[in-house]
Amino acid sequence: MHPATATEKGTFMNELDHFQEAAKNPEGYGKNLKASGRPVIGCLCSYAPEELIHAAGAHPMRLFGTKEAIVNADGHLQTYCCSLAKGVLENTLTGRLSFLDGAVFPHTCDTIQRLSDIWRLNTDYDFFADVVYPVKLNTQSALDYTVDIFERFKKNLESWSGQSLSEADLTRSIEIFNSIRDQLAEIYRMRSKDPACLSGSLLSSVVKGSMILDRDELPERLFRLRKEIEEGRYAVPGNERKKRLIVAGSLCDHPDFFSILEESDGVVVWDDLCTGSRYFDETVDIGVPPLEAIARRYVERRRPCPAKHLSNTARGEALAAMAEEHKASGVIFFLLKFCDPHAFDYPYLKEYLETRNVSVTLVEVENQLPPEGQLKTRLETFIHML
Amino acid sequence: MSQTVSKTPPPIAMDEKMKEIMTNYYIEAKTASDSGKRVAWITSGGPVEPLIAMDIIPVYPENHGAMIGASKMGGSLCEQAEAMGYSGDICSYARADIASAVTCGGPIGGLPRPDMLIACNNICGTVIKWYEVLARYYDAPLFIFDTPMCHTDYPEESKRYVQRQVHEYVSFLEQVTGRKLDQDKMEEVGRLSLEAQRLWQAVLDTATARPSPMTAFDGFYHLALIVTLRGTRVAVDYYRDLLAEMEDRVAKGIGAVPNERYRLMWDNLPIWYRLKWLSKKFAAHDAALVADTYNTAWCRSLRYIDENDFLGSMAEGYTRMYLNIGVDQMADTIIEMAEKYSVDGLVMHSNRSCKPYSFGQYDIQRMVRERLDIPCLIIESHMIDERSFSEAQTETRIDAFMELVEEKNQCKER
Ligand code: SF4
Ligand code: SF4
Repeated sequence: MHPATATEKGTFMNELDHFQEAAKNPEGYGKNLKASGRPVIGCLCSYAPEELIHAAGAHPMRLFGTKEAIVNADGHLQTYCCSLAKGVLENTLTGRLSFLDGAVFPHTCDTIQRLSDIWRLNTDYDFFADVVYPVKLNTQSALDYTVDIFERFKKNLESWSGQSLSEADLTRSIEIFNSIRDQLAEIYRMRSKDPACLSGSLLSSVVKGSMILDRDELPERLFRLRKEIEEGRYAVPGNERKKRLIVAGSLCDHPDFFSILEESDGVVVWDDLCTGSRYFDETVDIGVPPLEAIARRYVERRRPCPAKHLSNTARGEALAAMAEEHKASGVIFFLLKFCDPHAFDYPYLKEYLETRNVSVTLVEVENQLPPEGQLKTRLETFIHML
Repeated sequence: MSQTVSKTPPPIAMDEKMKEIMTNYYIEAKTASDSGKRVAWITSGGPVEPLIAMDIIPVYPENHGAMIGASKMGGSLCEQAEAMGYSGDICSYARADIASAVTCGGPIGGLPRPDMLIACNNICGTVIKWYEVLARYYDAPLFIFDTPMCHTDYPEESKRYVQRQVHEYVSFLEQVTGRKLDQDKMEEVGRLSLEAQRLWQAVLDTATARPSPMTAFDGFYHLALIVTLRGTRVAVDYYRDLLAEMEDRVAKGIGAVPNERYRLMWDNLPIWYRLKWLSKKFAAHDAALVADTYNTAWCRSLRYIDENDFLGSMAEGYTRMYLNIGVDQMADTIIEMAEKYSVDGLVMHSNRSCKPYSFGQYDIQRMVRERLDIPCLIIESHMIDERSFSEAQTETRIDAFMELVEEKNQCKER
């Protein structure tokens, strides 16, 4: 893949290695950060208002499922629960997340709603908070309410940390996260322009890594990474000739998926994933009171999570526009089994896109990807039909 | 005790009345366009009173779902939804309803076309997605009544937000119908709704008697009006008569289960296509299901609503619904009920259709065991998709569970 400069020169690592390492071992990274004296707060999804956590002097760290066997979580969640919720619970019950100071549960789907209760009743971290978002985003009262729940969350953080959170702290955090979001979007744009500049699996580790790495250092890291990408350090010649695709779903924590796809002659040029563009889509306005500005980003974003209601066709419109903007001829729905919000949207999105000449296929995963051969055959067939 | 004669109790006289009312209700709904009335589809826990006050006919896809299930048509409708691309893992009410909308299938040939849709997420987030599907299909305006989850409390900001939506809701209805809400009528409907809820709770309370005059299975049947017609005089009159009948049974010592020896509690939605089978199965063990969390869900808000200011207080009542509270509060509710109805065991329906009702059951089970020391059984199914039900397995598990209940009781008696 890319030259292993760290071992060859012995002086520095590729910037990308930091992202990859964090993505491979988030718990290890979290442990070290905690040992350095920084409190760490686990975040359940891209609706966790990370700016507030960061402004309170803590490190917001996204929680993922697990590749390990599910042993303890089965005693709390039935077999028909998605692997993300199960995996997160398993990680906490087995003590793999003991470095956390606590976690925040943004209200999204029915599963996370109950996971929050189960977590609250079965763990004893210092900090715990629900951020009960509105389910609809298209009213003034929903926006005002969102500001109110951030106000409450801010108070939660203040009483836990013992320090008050000033407007200046918040603005500083907003600027950092805006820079992170801008740069991730920029990397996506570079890649949409030239899919050969970076492989899909490495790109996925860049986004995942960004949800784990120290945010104070992250803007610099992303800047250096962009330079390295521009230099062609990670070039994967051939990708520019592959069929351009979009992947949509909740989360994809399977870098192999992107490799298999590229071996099957397709390449993802943009995504609508909770572990992708939904993490960095749109920035927070400066010059507006900070909590309101953060609230506006969540409420007004054009590509909401399907557990939120913006309009009856918001997601269809957004995906069709995405496909057009990035010249993608197909959308792969990468869905976790037992994930209701996405499962409900799939039939309509399929129809909506197909009538606009965008082909659609579905890959459903439980905990692991389907066997490689099987997945490859499916993807190849889909791609060759485009 | 030894003198009790084992004989089947007479059928509940009000059963027939219920059939008649529901038939009329559906005829009225299906002919709404002839009578110039508008139809709103609304979720079971949705704030229906303003609709009634505005003479809009409320129709409940979930009640329709229950009918589909009871007529064992759920499996085939769900299958049709799956052919349309809907996952077999989502709520079977939603699957069956969507298929029935498209194919006019089901026991009554589908529901009347909606003029508007009202989705309230105080039961689940599923209804939001489901009603979006309906809104696209029927091209009907959708109002979402958003009731933030009360994990541990009902905070001020939720109060403000939901209260504002009460006004938004009324404006929405006024806009769609082009008519003003009559405040006096609204308050009258509110009073009738509360009265029906009080009566329904009183009916369920008669099951505290030994032997219990009714079981939860009877409740699942008589529940239909508190869901579909609360806010009307019909529901009030009906439950008043039903209450009288139950009180009469208590006075005469008529039990729903002949030789009632064990008293059980049910959690979650009914398994609609197996009501009779389950009811017989438990009765064969001399066990009566005297309490449950589903039938009572429609009276829970009573304590929060002010009879003299319905619109001003319904926000809290509708937000603090049983499914919209934390798992620990749900456990408290179950324990409280188990004590009130003196139950000997808990039967939990782990309902693959309903994640917000089912996730957390294992923890609830643990809390119940710690505090009450009663056996607990878990049965897994999809409430109206009969393809998911394993009779042999369920039967074995019920038998084993009843053995435990019997053993525990013998210990108690000793
Ligand atoms: S949105 Fe889907 S994947 Fe995410 S937690 Fe909910 S059910 Fe699981
Ligand atoms: S059964 Fe559960 S998931 Fe389905 S509509 Fe009712 S509350 Fe929602």
